[in-house]
Amino acid sequence: MVESTPENTPATGTTRVKRGMAEMLKGGVIMDVVTPEQAKIAEDAGAVAVMALERVPADIRAQGGVSRMSDPDMIDGIIEAVSIPVMAKARIGHFAEAQVLQSLGVDYIDESEVLTPADYANHIDKWAFTVPFVCGATNLGEALRRITEGAAMIRSKGEAGTGDVSNAVTHMRTIRREIRRLGALEADELYVAAKELQAPYDLVKEVAEAGKLPVVLFTAGGIATPADAAMMMQLGAEGVFVGSGIFKSGNPAQRAEAIVKATTFHDDPDMVAKVSRGLGEAMVGINVDEIPQPHRLSERGW
Amino acid sequence: MSAPTVGVLAVQGDVREHLRTLESLGVRATTVRRTSELDACDGLVVPGGESTTMAKLVRTFDLFEPIRQRIKAGLPVFGTCAGMIMLADRIEDGAAGQETLGGLDITVRRNAFGRQVDSFEGDLVVAGLDAPVHAVFIRAPWVESVGPDVDVLARVEDGPAAGRIVAVRQGSLMATSFHPEVGGDARVHRLFVDLVEGRDELDPRG
Repeated sequence: MVESTPENTPATGTTRVKRGMAEMLKGGVIMDVVTPEQAKIAEDAGAVAVMALERVPADIRAQGGVSRMSDPDMIDGIIEAVSIPVMAKARIGHFAEAQVLQSLGVDYIDESEVLTPADYANHIDKWAFTVPFVCGATNLGEALRRITEGAAMIRSKGEAGTGDVSNAVTHMRTIRREIRRLGALEADELYVAAKELQAPYDLVKEVAEAGKLPVVLFTAGGIATPADAAMMMQLGAEGVFVGSGIFKSGNPAQRAEAIVKATTFHDDPDMVAKVSRGLGEAMVGINVDEIPQPHRLSERGW
Repeated sequence: MSAPTVGVLAVQGDVREHLRTLESLGVRATTVRRTSELDACDGLVVPGGESTTMAKLVRTFDLFEPIRQRIKAGLPVFGTCAGMIMLADRIEDGAAGQETLGGLDITVRRNAFGRQVDSFEGDLVVAGLDAPVHAVFIRAPWVESVGPDVDVLARVEDGPAAGRIVAVRQGSLMATSFHPEVGGDARVHRLFVDLVEGRDELDPRG
């Protein structure tokens, strides 16, 4: 999948540069923000990047309606406010929103199921862009289809805006289990595996040999507490997206900082205990089971 | 001398890539998040990542002063990208109140090459290496100015940033704006391991 670069001419937007950017975010927390003030709080708390969007998923759920890319003025304001990378969400398949975000100079685009999809058949052709993309996945086949389309980073989807971590766990466990399963197959069994995963054989073979995705794998969707973040890291996430969990809680600055620390020291229960104290109220939360099937965001994208 | 132990500061960033590159050179590579782990190291790598996050976490986990003390005592340290910022005595365009470990008498400009769409890879001549390195620059800093004791190891050759300093060394400290740990070329790490092992092929005076 990695295209060759002429060795002597400087080149932007290469696979290595796009995937490399995500490598630098590993072990970090990326926080949803809707204003420059929130972005500043996130940066001060130690976020490795912020995600600009119009409304956090919990509000999208509560308010309904069509959810779109943020106002460019808001994105400019966020870029101005912080020195850390700024990501922004585009609707699934909405390549013109992605073109706008690239022209605004965002550092990463999230082609996200949290917004209302613009195309129910096709995702964005992400190879056509200089800016890198992150996409959500609920299983390995979905992750590999997104990588085939040019995604340079994958996040397990979870169920955004709920504060219920159960789907994040299911999706992360599924992706990791399917990768392990590939590793146990004979070489001549990978052709059928590729067919079943609905993903290109070459990519399936690469994952089988490496025992990991060729891009960084973060977790997302329902992470609300330091212990949630610590669990997801122990389950194999390389970093954490937190959406509504921070700015829908009682004390955003302190909770943001606690989740950052718990992500780094995810394997140290004493540390996770220490940072979990006195955080005030977590976001209220909705059980995923109580959300009717058509309203589950993780079922958008295919 | 038996194989030295080189730690990689592991609070955030591309730790795994550095560990892999160091292991390929036959040194014992280990992660460092605690002072006890730092104490066991003959050299330290500060990886790529987000410098504001890293500085904060290093402070949180009480590594700031111990690392500073070791740097003062001559510990060889190699910083890449965010690691270069962490080793710089002065930052331009830092976040408000951003701290650094310091040690290198340089002024670094954060995100100097621009945003992610400006990130690039290309060949770069590095002092002490006989063939160019294929260098990957990701939201990279550059060195705005250097003190008298700092050796410049590489400058951007052409384009709008031509002449900008992107690799330096001062005593036992080394730093690059780019990511030699990304891309499978271990020669820049070899220069650092030579420093750790007390060989000093980079010294222009020597």
